[in-house]
Amino acid sequence: MNALISTALSGVVLMFVGLFVRNKQHIKFYAIAAILIAFIANLAQYPAVEHGGYIMYGMIEVTKFGVLFNAVALGAALLYFLLSGSEFEKVGEHVADYFALVFFILSGIMLAASFSNLLMLFLAIEIMSIPQYILAGADKKSLKSNEASLKYFLMGSFSTGILLMGITLIYGAAGTFEISGLGLGAESVHPLALCGIILMVFALSFKVSAVPFHFWTPDVYDGSPTVFTSFMSTVVKAGGFIAFLRMFHTSFAGGNISEHWTLILSIITAVTLILGNFSAVFQQSVKRMLAYSSIAQAGFMLFAVVAMNNMGAQGIILYSAAYSIATIGVFAVLMKLKDYTFEGFNGLAKKEPLLAAAVAVFLFSLAGIPVTAGFFAKYFVLSAAIQHGHILWLVIIAVLCAAISVYYYFRVIIAMYFKQGEPEVEPVSGGFKAALILAVLLVLALGLFPNLLLCWM
Amino acid sequence: MPVQYYIFLSIALFCIGVMGVLMRRNAIIIFMCIELMLNAVNLLMVSFSKMWADAGRVDAGSAQLFVFFIMVVAAAEVAVGLAIITMVYRNTHSVDINILNRLKN
Repeated sequence: MNALISTALSGVVLMFVGLFVRNKQHIKFYAIAAILIAFIANLAQYPAVEHGGYIMYGMIEVTKFGVLFNAVALGAALLYFLLSGSEFEKVGEHVADYFALVFFILSGIMLAASFSNLLMLFLAIEIMSIPQYILAGADKKSLKSNEASLKYFLMGSFSTGILLMGITLIYGAAGTFEISGLGLGAESVHPLALCGIILMVFALSFKVSAVPFHFWTPDVYDGSPTVFTSFMSTVVKAGGFIAFLRMFHTSFAGGNISEHWTLILSIITAVTLILGNFSAVFQQSVKRMLAYSSIAQAGFMLFAVVAMNNMGAQGIILYSAAYSIATIGVFAVLMKLKDYTFEGFNGLAKKEPLLAAAVAVFLFSLAGIPVTAGFFAKYFVLSAAIQHGHILWLVIIAVLCAAISVYYYFRVIIAMYFKQGEPEVEPVSGGFKAALILAVLLVLALGLFPNLLLCWM
Repeated sequence: MPVQYYIFLSIALFCIGVMGVLMRRNAIIIFMCIELMLNAVNLLMVSFSKMWADAGRVDAGSAQLFVFFIMVVAAAEVAVGLAIITMVYRNTHSVDINILNRLKN
């Protein structure tokens, strides 16, 4: 709750900061301060919910899990500001507004981690989405950015319509909006509820870009200014998953209702893994490869939703942290390069050994190599699926796809270390290097001791 | 009037909206179809609210409140969406959604 209020207020404050602060380079320090305040305010709430959460007016439920997820999201956003905050100035004139929009998205994510009413779910998804349409089109003169924004807007509002239809049908069957009181699994399943659940699976798959609802993702992530792609494909995607998980675990987990959607969702997961990984192999641009990689990683995160157990909930916390940190790090280095193709990375290890080493660690983590955070993240979601028992075929597909993903992640590492070239790199500041080292240490620490994060569950 | 009529009417409106989004190429018309989908939902929400109120639920009014939230959010979406469409029109002098694909290459 603290986190929700402080991020929403910070957004408003930052809009005014744009009026009063003339030097655009200083705005990012205000943003970093605001997110630090939100992070601390969120942690301060932890003791109050340690022994059970509480519900506010039947709308928001503050739980330990929600507070922990908020901490992960705010921590990742802090790292994002530290690494990429100075790139905001290069997008356009209205630097403070971009920061404000990022804060509004964050407040949507905080809401998604703690809703207890379908109305709040709808508002959370919308607060997350609408600022993203603007950020995608922030580069107003570029046609690619225009296209990304228009496409994202049309597809996003279309999926909102489907989500709303799902909510309405579920209301028609249950007569209430409170997610803990829907009681759908009690005896026979009402046909309206069944249609509603399927529509909700589709709409939420849209938001987390699972196949076959992923077709907007590559164009939008490729066309948006890189600094915003970095945020959209990491923290926001994790926020979509937390909404997904919360909705399905609380309301649709009961006896005979879960069998109706588990199969659909397992098929979506399998197709997402296969298509995401195979398409990523054929990309020429690293930015586009990362867009497909984010689809593939979404497949792994979907395991947590399908498995529906405690291990899956732990897995999604760890996965959000591991995936967000690593992807934000790779994007931060990518933005320093002139050429976004794989050739652009040729010979980076000779010119900027620190940057190359950091990217290598992040890519190891994304591929799930041991000693990095990504290994334990994959381990937790896959063992959650094994615990579930009925979806072993899915686990086999996932392991094979993880092997494929090694190919395209290692292409970048090979380009950096074993190929000759003269990459054009912008000069990097000491602060950037320090933040990069911090991110690498976080990835390694979570890879060695995942309990650093999970002991708070 | 039985609630079934309202359900059929709103499902029909919703499907017209979905088909419009999938088939039309003009950004403004697609946008109108999305609004049609949202309004079909509003109608259905109100009729379900009435249905549950007749069934004796005291909290059935919350669905009517939901409708107001949908309207507010839809208005916010219109503000952003029309701005995006205007931006695209300024750069391409067209609101055809295929033109961007062609211009990019």
